[in-house]
Amino acid sequence: MPKVTFIQPDGLQNVLDAEAETSVMRVAVSNGLPGIVAECGGSAMCATCHVYIEDGYLDGLPEMSEVEDEMLDCTASERCANSRLSCQLPVVSDLAVRLPDAQV
Amino acid sequence: MTAETLATNAPVLDLDPFSDDFLTDPYDAHEQMREAGPVFWLERYGVYGVARHDEVSRVLTDHETFVSSRGVGISDFAKEKPWRPPSLLLEADPPQHTKARQVVTKILTVKLLRSLKDGFQAHADELVARVAAQGGVIDGVHDLAEPYPLAVFPDFIGLAKDGRENLLPYGSMVFNTFGPRNGHFERALERGAAAQGWIMEQCRPGSPASEGLGAQIHAAAAQAGFNEEDQAKLLRSFLSAGVDTTVHGIGNALQCLAENPEQFAALRDDPSLARAAFEETVRYSSPVQTFFRTTSKDTEVSGVALPEGSKVLMFLAAANRDPRQWESPAAFDIQRKAAGHVGFGFGIHACLGQMLARLEGECFLTALARHVSRIELAGQPKQQLNNTLRGLDSLPLHLTAA
Repeated sequence: MPKVTFIQPDGLQNVLDAEAETSVMRVAVSNGLPGIVAECGGSAMCATCHVYIEDGYLDGLPEMSEVEDEMLDCTASERCANSRLSCQLPVVSDLAVRLPDAQV
Repeated sequence: MTAETLATNAPVLDLDPFSDDFLTDPYDAHEQMREAGPVFWLERYGVYGVARHDEVSRVLTDHETFVSSRGVGISDFAKEKPWRPPSLLLEADPPQHTKARQVVTKILTVKLLRSLKDGFQAHADELVARVAAQGGVIDGVHDLAEPYPLAVFPDFIGLAKDGRENLLPYGSMVFNTFGPRNGHFERALERGAAAQGWIMEQCRPGSPASEGLGAQIHAAAAQAGFNEEDQAKLLRSFLSAGVDTTVHGIGNALQCLAENPEQFAALRDDPSLARAAFEETVRYSSPVQTFFRTTSKDTEVSGVALPEGSKVLMFLAAANRDPRQWESPAAFDIQRKAAGHVGFGFGIHACLGQMLARLEGECFLTALARHVSRIELAGQPKQQLNNTLRGLDSLPLHLTAA
């Protein structure tokens, strides 16, 4: 089972098991992890499941869709080169993501 | 094989989800449907139903098998002519749907909605403070839930000031016509017919005010290659789906808070819970209760075979109270994580206006927390029965100004 490491803005880390193909957002929400809001439940409409992908994990992620790209322009925290929406990332192998300061 | 022979696979239910009894209080029937099985057959209408969160989510997600272009009501557009030209968004499949949806999502962005917040909040504060100061018994529907969306939404679109009273009967008609041709359907068509002319006039390119969302949609649609008729149809989706739904969401929230004083106390203590309180309302008392899909091929859901051309009724509101998904699903709890409910649908057809609805709900409930110290029922709430929507006709309330 792949593992996803979530790093809170204060540095606190949670390592969670993920069933293959579950989205990173779903892993966080179903474990009650703070820092991922996911208001729209995964329809890529709210930009409240924003994450920064940690170094070394960017390759191998699915390509960003036009919709995700547009939504990332609307995040509450600054968009960076490693920004993604976690609802659009199915877990296929181990992954580490950092959570932004704010989602709304 | 016909639908009837295969249906022996699924439990057969005699329930009528469009009867007055069901529409008035659907929750016992929802439980019966969820417990009957993952998929069931509604004999009365010859349609399949899904009422558990898992199966409803699967039908919503698999838009290639469960299509929308054959209608999201009980009528199969492959067999019956729709009563109005189909929506380019709601009643369409990819790739046409994708192109139409992108026109709207590029304009109705989270960033744009953020820029509206101060204005929407000021409107809500003014309205709620004024009504709370009136004293006596007020009607939560006519005095609060209707005026608020009717103030902010048409201005945002850029609609004419005159004739806005047509928005509610038109929306009510559209949602009623997803059901069978029962009394609600027929009466809604009668009442809505008068509104239709005004609505169509408002949707015409050139009609909406140049600075509003309507004109922006027309311009972007024109740029994407849509002709004038289709530009109008895109805007029509907003006028169909954007008013009754938010009116009911706000009305239902008022009812929930009046019936659960400890929840209103929590909101008073921490007005930043307003957005979560609206979200929980959409889960607990979903304004949009149901939608249909149609199978595009022979398929299977949780072991039940569904032949091509089957109508499948998704009980969104039943999924939102599925104990397999939610702890204490029948409790209204504004501090729960309600994300993951399907009150706005899910996937490629997820409600386009959901972030606008959340903004309206949040601003309204923030104002309620600021300006009202107590909210009590002053009489029996009266349901407004609709084949698709759940909302109130009247909600007698006694408000105490803060």
